[in-house]
Amino acid sequence: MADRYVELKSVSKSYGGVPALTKVDFRCEPGRVHAILGENGAGKSTLMKLLAGVIQPDSGTISIGGQTVRFSSPRDAAKQGTVCMFQELSLMPHLSVGDNIVLAAPRTRMGLVERGVYQEAREALDLVGARSIPLGARVSGLSLSERQLVEIAKAVFRKPKLLILDEATSALTSELVETVFGVLRMLKAQGVAILFISHRMHEVDAIADRISVFRNGRHIETFDVGARTTDQIVGLMIGRSLEELFPPRRPPVPDTTPAVLDVSDVSWQSQLVNVSLAARAGEIVGLGGLDAQGQQQIMHAVFGVLRGVTGRIELNGKRLNGLKPPRLKQSDIGLALVPEDRKTEGLIPSMSVAQNMRLAALGRAPFGLLDLNGNSDARLRQLIERLALTYGSLEDPVATLSGGNQQKVVLAKWLVLSPKCLLLMDPTRGIDLGTKAQIYRLLTDLAAEGMAVILQSTDYEELIHLCDRVYVFYRGSVAKELKGDQLSADALIAASMNVHLHAGARA
Amino acid sequence: MTDATERTVTPRKSPPWLNRDRMSVLLIALGCVALLLGGSLLYPGFLKPGYLLQQLQIAAFLGIIATGAMMVILLGEIDLSVPWTITGTAIVVISASGSSNPLIASLAIPLGLCLGMAVGLLNAIGVAVFRVPAMVWTLAVNAMLLGAAVFYTGNSRPNGEVPWLATQAATGRSFGIPNAFLVWAVLAAITVWMLKRTVYGNYLYALGNSRRAVFLAGARVHLVTVATFVLAGLFSSFGAILLLGYTNQAYQGMGDPYLMPVISAVVIGGTSIQGGRGNYVGTFVGAIFITLLSSILSVMQMPPAARQIIFGAIILVMLLIHGLTDKNGDI
Amino acid sequence: MTTRLRQNAREAIAALALVVLFTGYIAIHPRGFSTYVVTIWSNEGTLLGLAAIAQFFVVLVKGIDLSVGSVVALTNVVASFVLNGSPTSIALGMVAVLAVGVACGLVNGIAVVHGRVQPIVTTLATGGMFSGIALLLRPTPGGSIDETMSDALTYAVAGIPVSAIVLVVVLVALLVLLRRTTVGLGLYGVGSSEQSAYMTGLRVNRLKLVAYSSSGFVAALAGIYVSMVTLTGDPNIGPSYTLNSIAAVVLGGVALSGGVGSPIGAVIGALILKTISSLMFFSGLPPLAQPFFEGLILATAIALGALGVFRVRSRLELYR
Repeated sequence: MADRYVELKSVSKSYGGVPALTKVDFRCEPGRVHAILGENGAGKSTLMKLLAGVIQPDSGTISIGGQTVRFSSPRDAAKQGTVCMFQELSLMPHLSVGDNIVLAAPRTRMGLVERGVYQEAREALDLVGARSIPLGARVSGLSLSERQLVEIAKAVFRKPKLLILDEATSALTSELVETVFGVLRMLKAQGVAILFISHRMHEVDAIADRISVFRNGRHIETFDVGARTTDQIVGLMIGRSLEELFPPRRPPVPDTTPAVLDVSDVSWQSQLVNVSLAARAGEIVGLGGLDAQGQQQIMHAVFGVLRGVTGRIELNGKRLNGLKPPRLKQSDIGLALVPEDRKTEGLIPSMSVAQNMRLAALGRAPFGLLDLNGNSDARLRQLIERLALTYGSLEDPVATLSGGNQQKVVLAKWLVLSPKCLLLMDPTRGIDLGTKAQIYRLLTDLAAEGMAVILQSTDYEELIHLCDRVYVFYRGSVAKELKGDQLSADALIAASMNVHLHAGARA
Repeated sequence: MTDATERTVTPRKSPPWLNRDRMSVLLIALGCVALLLGGSLLYPGFLKPGYLLQQLQIAAFLGIIATGAMMVILLGEIDLSVPWTITGTAIVVISASGSSNPLIASLAIPLGLCLGMAVGLLNAIGVAVFRVPAMVWTLAVNAMLLGAAVFYTGNSRPNGEVPWLATQAATGRSFGIPNAFLVWAVLAAITVWMLKRTVYGNYLYALGNSRRAVFLAGARVHLVTVATFVLAGLFSSFGAILLLGYTNQAYQGMGDPYLMPVISAVVIGGTSIQGGRGNYVGTFVGAIFITLLSSILSVMQMPPAARQIIFGAIILVMLLIHGLTDKNGDI
Repeated sequence: MTTRLRQNAREAIAALALVVLFTGYIAIHPRGFSTYVVTIWSNEGTLLGLAAIAQFFVVLVKGIDLSVGSVVALTNVVASFVLNGSPTSIALGMVAVLAVGVACGLVNGIAVVHGRVQPIVTTLATGGMFSGIALLLRPTPGGSIDETMSDALTYAVAGIPVSAIVLVVVLVALLVLLRRTTVGLGLYGVGSSEQSAYMTGLRVNRLKLVAYSSSGFVAALAGIYVSMVTLTGDPNIGPSYTLNSIAAVVLGGVALSGGVGSPIGAVIGALILKTISSLMFFSGLPPLAQPFFEGLILATAIALGALGVFRVRSRLELYR
């Protein structure tokens, strides 16, 4: 078992002259879970893609079990037992769950897919805790967390020798993460080598045997779990400590301050049930809960995305029901929404940084004519400074920026309109710690300037350390409002599961 | 996101002044030069100003119609109702102009343009409100227009009179330059300005790239979509009126031969058929290229079948050159 | 079962519409329900049905084929040269015609897959070429087709039109191939999400080539069937097949965005179109008004099929 299953020797890879990995030596062994940590742009995903055959190295060698290999496609890699679960899920949405799993490693008899394979697919699903997902269900109808489970089941079904998980559990609840970890431990016991990328440090602690830290395309250090403290690891990744992540607590906003955004008794379909919440000027209000309990929908309801919303939505006394985004962004209302998916909703990846930043303010141009050196562009330049945006040229496609900088572009796009109320949907998902700290600081400053900030988040730390109050959603309604000393990880988790109901917290 | 997304667009290696759009324009301009040189070998009159000006005149009809088609394609949609918008406009204008009622006769051209805009609006309703794929809806609209034209004219050629203005605009010359080309040039200048410097133009490009992101940025998506189809209808009618002035007659099916050249002109000019990317200069030169190509094929007295094959083959080759040289985007 | 029904709702509604239209057609047809009427209807429906299946294969992998009609015309013309003589030569001729169809499909596929040209413009250009070749081969309709074979394939057996039997056989074979083989499932996968399919280890390029050549193959079947029905090769029949095949797949619930739909839907869509135009013929409307009403009914049917957008409660769903 001591043989080095996968070994990289002096591997380099660059994209159009920009190095992504520089002379990386790395190895991982069968029967161990190896965590890869690093900021964005550290080269983690490039490493994964090299191993999975999506891209090929410019120089250096990759060997498996002592044999030098060169994969030309993921198919090639899978044949050698390397299975990769990318964060951009690799499921085909219009096919059934069963077909998705079976197509990954089909067996045929006389040209037809064997029926028995579907039974094995079922077993793989059951194993990862996806008992409730029928084989015949179409993937397009599943929630994000269900898709991740299917993705994991699919990987297990392929019986990998090297399993790569890239943010594979980001949408899963802690219970499901535990089930998945059970499966990973079982695979580990069978001698599978597992590479695990996650932003959740406690998950890394829970599952990994060894940790490798990457920074700027270089392999910095590898050590056993427990050999370094979390602070030290963060230090290795970014060169700063965890305390700097969150700005100091602000004094609470007095209850007498009138609400900027006032939502009462809002219902929609069966997904929102009599939701009432409020946000005052200067407050950061959190929306938490398990995946898809209505937090996202209430944001969409406020921003005029949903049809047929009942109840009352008011901003500074103005009724917003029935208004759509083009009206809501006007300065007399002043609402802004940073959407959930940067790539498809927040940005137009192929268009330039400048074009993306102008996108929301465009509608306010007088007579529909553009004045490219006008006020809003001057304000944009100020915002670029304030947000410390790192970019090559404003004319570069926004897709060339790192994830964190992309999110700053989305923020700039809306802040240039000076909104009175800012809705943020999981704005720091998949963003490196450095940028996270900057965004937290920015949100605190904005609140201090009198903006009402509503932050929907899947990150408990964020809700606890950044928010004045947190509404915890459960099955479409507000299960609990937590504030001040009540805000703790335990309280949040308990409220998310709606512990009074005990079993069946997640159907 | 990790660096998976950061690197999706690799920095280009070509010099900054030679971006993708300019590359397409250069390529197609070279194609025009090659056609002219090749043509002059076969037929010496090819490089004479008279012939060239005549080609620009003919290219104007195609180019004006292609302007509207390009805007719809930038939006990420397609307008297959072009043929019968052309025919319909020609029929309406020639009949109205020949009317015994002087008021109707004087309004012939505005009526024709209104028809184009009405067709555009109908297209837009299907695409924007009902969310029917443009490919199918505009096809159905085209079928209805055809039916309406057949019903109106019967199986005979529509009678009437071609408005004086249309004849002048299509066949007259000012300062030795064909009026049709001058009209096209003015429309082209307006289009370039509109695409670059108006909110509408900016949202048009953005919508072609991502409807979702533009909707969530608080843009009036429906308005931009409707405006684009209406403008496209207007351009089709405008071109049809010039065409009517040029041919001096309207007949069923007069628009049919235009669909493929129009789309070809836009696409070989470097506009992405998926929307959001393209440059009007490309369409402009593309229309000239297509015109030169068909002129040369007819000068060579090829049978129509062979002409059709060569035409298709050359378009395909131009597209393949685009596809194979441009690593980042598809045509 | 309910999920299954919901997933195939578009097909079910289309099938229902077909039954209603067909009943109406039989009701107003002067000869009523007879083997003769049904056979004529079935023959014409089979032609468009096959063209629609050809379109379906390309649409399934997120493409669109504007050359379907040209391939039908070209194979029809080729058939008019080779489908006569001894049984052996007819059989060889059949193979040749099908090979021409597959070759046309492959040309499209290679330009799309390896030439990186979008399907719509590729097939616009190749469509012009294919119909040009057809025109070159046979400038005016003509040629000869083995009449025994034509009779065998266009009449009825025991009251059931042979064309209907052929269509059902083709459909059953295709359904098995599409739903029970890795290649068939792979086609749905590629149409559903090309990137996911690649990451899953499917041979995306090869599958796309399979889709385009299958399209060419079925278009050649349509071309052969046209020559069985008309007994000639006609280079000018293309355009109506292209346009109607697109309308047919959409009516039959095949999504132009790829990955959704079935050949059954495509055929139902084709039969709906055919029935509408036959209805027109016997409707008593003035002949000159018929094309307009045909267009109007087509547009209305498509708009009705799209009424679902008003049930969408989240506007984000509308902007993909």
